[in-house]
Amino acid sequence: MARAATTTDAFNAVAEPRRREILDLLAQRERPVNDLVELLGLAQPQVSKHLRVLREVGLVQVRDQGRQRLYRLNAEPLRTIHDWLSKYEQAWSARFDLMDTVLADLAEEDDHDNHK
Amino acid sequence: MTTTSSGTAKVTLPADNQILITREFNAPRHLVWRAYTEPELIKRWWAGDMGTVTSVDVDLRVGGTWRYVMEPAPGVEVAFHGEYREIDAPGRLVNTEAFEGIPEPDENAALCTLSLAEKDGRTYLELLVEHRDQAGRDAHVNSGMEGGMQQAYDRLEQVAASLA
Repeated sequence: MARAATTTDAFNAVAEPRRREILDLLAQRERPVNDLVELLGLAQPQVSKHLRVLREVGLVQVRDQGRQRLYRLNAEPLRTIHDWLSKYEQAWSARFDLMDTVLADLAEEDDHDNHK
Repeated sequence: MTTTSSGTAKVTLPADNQILITREFNAPRHLVWRAYTEPELIKRWWAGDMGTVTSVDVDLRVGGTWRYVMEPAPGVEVAFHGEYREIDAPGRLVNTEAFEGIPEPDENAALCTLSLAEKDGRTYLELLVEHRDQAGRDAHVNSGMEGGMQQAYDRLEQVAASLA
């Protein structure tokens, strides 16, 4: 899977711990930027920068309500990450399923030895 | 005896450079340790559903090396190797893991810590894979698993092309 080196996909966007915190906060509810500034204890320009990255990859959407801009989570791009992990998980599951067979054979050997 | 619960391996990413794999086994840990460290046993499971294991070398001592090779398709080899750093049977094994399919495999090797805990005859396995950075981790998930398949597909494509 070719990956862009810039912050143009969900992988890079969520690699930054602060951005993950923002996603967690937005998962609870839609929030204005001031909310995030207060909850994260970061300066507004930093929060805005993170929000811009998250918006670029589609993880965050924004709408205007009166004088406020409200940000909300769009989890769809996280699916890529989930799919990527699932493949890895499947590979390990297949390995361990085979190991179960090996272990069953070893347990049988052990039993056999104990009853000699 | 209860039946083998073929569980699902759980994979999480505790930090940017880490992968944590966990699994429960219906067997005491001295047997899991054997399955994990004895060449003839490793051969039976390490390739998973990705192919067959063609070679396993294990020199199980601190500073000793290991090398596993699997064949995801005829003529395609995917190999990993590393060095044992800590051995504390049957509970803990620390080793490096380098994927030979990437440039400078040893410089980009991961550090793997296997922990086996036993409770009521069952074993709880934790395998923590630590890379130097996030890029290394991502490359690992992609190349270690998909890479083998990708090579197999490439090989198939070559075969198909030669038949055309």
